[in-house]
Amino acid sequence: MSNSEEFISQLADKHGRRRESLMPILQEVVDEYYFLNEERMVNIAKELDISTAEVYGTASFYSFLSTEEQGKHVIRVCQTIICDMKRKEDIIEAITELIGIKPGETTHDGKFSLEYTNCLGWCHEGPAMLINDEPYTKLTPEKVKDILVSYMKK
Amino acid sequence: MATQLKRTDLVFKEDMDCNALMHKVMKMGKDEFINQMMDSGLKGRGGAGFPTGLKWKIVKDSPEAVKYVVCNADEGEPGTFKDKEILDKACEKVIWGMALAAYIVGAKEGYIYLRGEYKYLSTKLKIAIDKMEQQIKALGINFTLDLVYGSGAYVCGEETSLLQSMEGRRGEPTNKPPYPGDIGYLGKPTIVNNVETFVNAMIIAEIGAQEYKKLGTKASQGSKLFSVSGDCCKEGVFELEMGMTVQQFVDEFGDGDTKAVQVGGASGFCVPRKEFAKTIIGFEGVPTGGSMKVFNSSRSMYNILENYLIFFEEESCGQCTPCRVGTQQLLKGVQAVKRKEKPKTYLDDLLRLAYTMKYASKCGLGRSVGNAFRSIIENFREEIVY
Repeated sequence: MSNSEEFISQLADKHGRRRESLMPILQEVVDEYYFLNEERMVNIAKELDISTAEVYGTASFYSFLSTEEQGKHVIRVCQTIICDMKRKEDIIEAITELIGIKPGETTHDGKFSLEYTNCLGWCHEGPAMLINDEPYTKLTPEKVKDILVSYMKK
Repeated sequence: MATQLKRTDLVFKEDMDCNALMHKVMKMGKDEFINQMMDSGLKGRGGAGFPTGLKWKIVKDSPEAVKYVVCNADEGEPGTFKDKEILDKACEKVIWGMALAAYIVGAKEGYIYLRGEYKYLSTKLKIAIDKMEQQIKALGINFTLDLVYGSGAYVCGEETSLLQSMEGRRGEPTNKPPYPGDIGYLGKPTIVNNVETFVNAMIIAEIGAQEYKKLGTKASQGSKLFSVSGDCCKEGVFELEMGMTVQQFVDEFGDGDTKAVQVGGASGFCVPRKEFAKTIIGFEGVPTGGSMKVFNSSRSMYNILENYLIFFEEESCGQCTPCRVGTQQLLKGVQAVKRKEKPKTYLDDLLRLAYTMKYASKCGLGRSVGNAFRSIIENFREEIVY
């Protein structure tokens, strides 16, 4: 994953080089490399022929398009009211205990990041979390541990 | 609890033949179907409640050659999950509803703006889209549909913000007018409707405006999906007629100890127990995009309010000052009153700030922060102070 130039050029071939191609390109770069760094944003800007500031400005608006280092598996635990009432803090504690990071942190091996997120739309089955694109619901501390162990093997 | 509320089952009913309905509308004619839509009284199901028929008519009447149809599947309002359920269980009705809209107004391209949190649904959606595109081609209609994704921004559920995001920009709302019906995606007339609204268009095509109008009340016609969660005897998505009172709702879904119901999500209204009997759920009372959160007497209303304010403070796009600074100050303010760093009369200053935000904010986000704030402060002041 050293050089993103070719990958981004392919994405531009696929999505086009118009301004409205920017979001899908940013999203796929994050899917591939987990986050956006300066090199990747400069390359995107070159491909679309817009300023890097425009790319950064757009990316930094969206919470799922991280411009700071992020792990391979991003765990997003819902913090909104119903999941909060359903003890999301126990879920956070279980995750912290198992992989040693608090919300806002990334493991040293770059495998996991942990974040709070806003309503995931699973209030009726809370507490809920996303790992990458996959939702997990009706969580208990035990269940969370099983789920994380399965990701450790990936 | 005894089931007294009349249930409806239109959205998830499985025997809808979308292809045949499309054919039916084609025979009926575009103008006649627009009349049916207007006559049905259908209002947008996202929460704002703009008459859908009128929205379609505006775009249809535009002389522009290029038009777009966009489905707003950026369901981010806390406590709302009915669009996810529709996309999971009845997505073909949404897709065909979009094709129907495209046929009526003369659009050739459509987009579903799916929130990033629901990306796991995309495989299912793509299969359904491919199938629809083939069938619609056989009917002689030229319409293609694409999926685009959000990336975790609540404000993108606001239609102008959603269009900005689709155009590859920061999801910052723009001033209205112009409305998307006049100047929308890439500057062209665009229909932006909620997931459930497109399904309702198909229901109207199926049963006709006359039958549709029999459901609900004059101000809130048709049936509506409700996302029910919290301290309930049952949680989930339920299809009900609008126009019931909060008391009827609580009798059906509460746990017997309901203290308050938050109708319409964080941007909606908090209804306290003493108001249950006289508050109607619908556009004539408390409007809702479907979020119904039930709180029993073990819950601290302070925690609920603080949770909402943290939500708004994070999700404010930061573009306009009343909302950016207002959300921060409301949050800091209630925390300071709780910690006794500010006198309890400070809440009145905060209420004035919320009032200012309602009129000075650029979009619906900032304008609606005051709804929950005021209704919680006014009804549960002692819980906020002590």
